[in-house]
Amino acid sequence: MIGLQHYLTVSAVLFVMGVFGIFLNRKNVIIILMAIELILLAVNINLVAFSAYLGDLVGQVFAMFVLTVAAGEAAIGLAILVIYFRGRGTIAVDDINRMKG
Amino acid sequence: MIQTIAFYMFATLVIASATLTIMARNPVHSVLWLILAFFNAAGLMLIVGAEFIAMLLVIVYVGAVAVLFLFVVMMLDIDFAELRAGFAEYLPFGVLLVVILATEMIFAVGAWSAGGIDLAAKAAPTPADVPNIEAIGRLIYTRYLYIFEGAGLVLLVAMIGAIVLTHRARGGVRAQNVTRQVMRRPEDAIRNVNAPVGQGVEL
Repeated sequence: MIGLQHYLTVSAVLFVMGVFGIFLNRKNVIIILMAIELILLAVNINLVAFSAYLGDLVGQVFAMFVLTVAAGEAAIGLAILVIYFRGRGTIAVDDINRMKG
Repeated sequence: MIQTIAFYMFATLVIASATLTIMARNPVHSVLWLILAFFNAAGLMLIVGAEFIAMLLVIVYVGAVAVLFLFVVMMLDIDFAELRAGFAEYLPFGVLLVVILATEMIFAVGAWSAGGIDLAAKAAPTPADVPNIEAIGRLIYTRYLYIFEGAGLVLLVAMIGAIVLTHRARGGVRAQNVTRQVMRRPEDAIRNVNAPVGQGVEL
């Protein structure tokens, strides 16, 4: 039978893959955004699994909220990417210091 | 039995496609692997009985977010080979960090499995005889209405932000000015000239 641990393991592996993706593709901001989506997907799997196995629906409501934020984040991130590309002609982000932060 | 087989199939595919998402040479392939990962995650959530989130995953992630990624990847003219230059350079540190993170998570799951955590009262127990989608609908339109409205506001702000960021007023185009067209009177535009015979008319 599939237990909660199985789901937690899958989501942990997915989360780690997302973090690894950020490190592997330090220059390509599109892949970094996709890796962030993977991380949020892992979080959603975690929320839904706990919600199902503990018999509490709030986890799924919260997963819906996380999904919304992920969609908004992708839209804003890609918009920033497009205007960055328009200004510089590249998306190599490993040496962005435009804002001199 | 078939549930176990389906779980392992979905779990294997979701992890494999996540791996290929971050490893693929071509970002277009990355997006396609990401779509596969989303589909399989939706399958995982169906197995556990969360139909609403599974459908939301397919509609929002595959239908909107992944297509947005695909648009941007295909629209921008980027030399992707140059972007992969530091691939091997960051590998050791990444592996180190990932191993630490994975170990911590395994510890956390093990600690949770060992028991001993008393759960507080359930905030919204899953009703036994109501389908998942109906139960969530009852919840988000009553008790969690503010969270639902907040989600809508987040989307609205994201939409306005994306439009404002990418919009540019283009100079040098002759746009239609409706107000000027409507305000224009015949006296401004037409002149009656009594042209003398044999001479030109100065307009």
